[in-house]
Amino acid sequence: MSASTARRTDLRYRIGLNLHAVVGRSYPRIIGANREPSWIFFEALLPLLGIAAYVFVYQAFGSRALDAIMTSTASAPWGICGDHACLDAAEQALERAKALANTNALIASVVLGGTMVAFWLNVLWSMASQLYWEKEIGNLQLYMMAPMNRMALLGGMAVGGMVMTSMRAVSTLVAGILVFGVVFQVADPLLLLAVFFTALVALYGLGMMFASLYLLWGREAWNLSALMEEPIFFSSGFYFPIGGLYNMPGGWGRAVAIIGAFVPATFGLDALRQLTLGRTAFGGTIWIFDVQTELYILLLMAVVFLILARYSLAYLETLAKREGKLTSRHQ
Amino acid sequence: MNTFWRTFKVAAWLGWEMDSNWTEPWLFMVYSVVKPIAGAFILVLMYTVFAVIGNRQDPAAFSYMYVGNSFFIFVGSVLFGTFQVIQSDREWYQTIRYVYISPISYYVYIVGRAVSKVGVAAFAVAITLVFGVAFLGVEVHMTLDAVPLFVASMILGLAVLLAIGICLGGVSFLTAKHSHGLAEGIPGIFYVFCGVLFPLSILPPWGQAIGQAIPLTYWFDITRRLIAPTIGVDTTLAGYSHFTIMLLLVVSSVAFFGLSILIFKTGEYFARKAGKIDMTTSY
Repeated sequence: MSASTARRTDLRYRIGLNLHAVVGRSYPRIIGANREPSWIFFEALLPLLGIAAYVFVYQAFGSRALDAIMTSTASAPWGICGDHACLDAAEQALERAKALANTNALIASVVLGGTMVAFWLNVLWSMASQLYWEKEIGNLQLYMMAPMNRMALLGGMAVGGMVMTSMRAVSTLVAGILVFGVVFQVADPLLLLAVFFTALVALYGLGMMFASLYLLWGREAWNLSALMEEPIFFSSGFYFPIGGLYNMPGGWGRAVAIIGAFVPATFGLDALRQLTLGRTAFGGTIWIFDVQTELYILLLMAVVFLILARYSLAYLETLAKREGKLTSRHQ
Repeated sequence: MNTFWRTFKVAAWLGWEMDSNWTEPWLFMVYSVVKPIAGAFILVLMYTVFAVIGNRQDPAAFSYMYVGNSFFIFVGSVLFGTFQVIQSDREWYQTIRYVYISPISYYVYIVGRAVSKVGVAAFAVAITLVFGVAFLGVEVHMTLDAVPLFVASMILGLAVLLAIGICLGGVSFLTAKHSHGLAEGIPGIFYVFCGVLFPLSILPPWGQAIGQAIPLTYWFDITRRLIAPTIGVDTTLAGYSHFTIMLLLVVSSVAFFGLSILIFKTGEYFARKAGKIDMTTSY
């Protein structure tokens, strides 16, 4: 065995090489992007407006509910409590407090969903579509010739994407607290961090798996990513507690929610909402599982998606080479 | 004029092919409908969750929100269809230099490229409304005598949207690959400030002032008045007659057309000066 071959098969060398690849691929996302600072406005601040719209929707509902509770009429001198006239001032006050608490919890749900939306969009457009994008602009063949593991390349993209997206996620969270006055009650910060990071790893694992699938596709890839925005926001409960969909009468909501649960954000958000709003929020009736169970499911998803990503990338790379699609552009 | 028309026709055909020929026609139809329907369902579930946990129905607020959201599909599609042309030709297909140096009006080319998106959006709006009326109890009661005014308001509203899209296109000559941020963010401004999902009175006073300065606010209001006159939610714009709103839309579409030419030409000038017409910004 020659000295250079021995070096290439050395474990320490290979680990170092792949770590360098991770750093190298994440570098342009973390450092390079900041050379074009306009992205902070376009990618982090402007999208907050869409989330603000959903916040105002709940505020509008809450405001109309409060009007109904506090408006005295001949038939309901103490206002309307739900579907009946309030019996007395005490019931009216209780109903008012409940409406305020529900509105705050729903707005908080939107804010949390908004932070996760940032990561999901990053997974779709900067992970799943990335190898397809690299193929379009001619970088993919360079990656394929480089001696590192392909997973290191995807890992670098994921790390860079997470860091870059954190700016938007943090902006959303800060805007929720400071601008919309959302109150979070975090009882177990360690568990919260564990759920958050496990959900992120599972989410980016899914993105890595998609990235390899997209290698085979042409423009379908772009359209598939576009298709996984609103339908996933809906089926995974990004802007409302997923239990609301799961408990819809007729069974269709349950079916959609189960499909949506294959996206790790579903359980991630459900657990994060329980941890930040308290399990008794919304009357405690619309959570899917308890936090521990959801954390275990997320852990399982993270492992499964990463393994699947590893194998599907190797398989589809071979397939793409065989079918001559690895470097074919604009198909 | 003949060159403009030919450019428009060919660009519209090209836009349609680029949008639709990646798959079978039936799949493209499904794709075009699933996104807006899912978007509407997000709001349906938001309303449902609020109604269930508060044990309180509010069909008027729901209809207000649903109708506004249906017409908002035009905003996202037309704006994105317009300003993404420069970025997709520049960054993705890298064909901008060839199109740009050809003897056509690049402005007209962009408008032509956006037309297919308008058509697809119109289809999605119709499907979303029909679905809402048929299955969700959305209150739509449009009378025949309101149709001419409705058509006129649609034409004016779309003209304003196209002009705003071109303005953004002019800006995107100079920016990096931000089409997704723009696609989310700019429609987000209209989503928040134009009374699409909730009456302007929910916004703080400065937000209401911004909303009242945007012509699309009046477009959404008159559309809702004509298509669903029985909703009965106070939009805070009741003081404006149909005639006043139409006049506002005519003036705004002319003003935005002028502004779009100004911004487009300015963006183009600075992009040429800085050598950014065919830059790529991949990271």
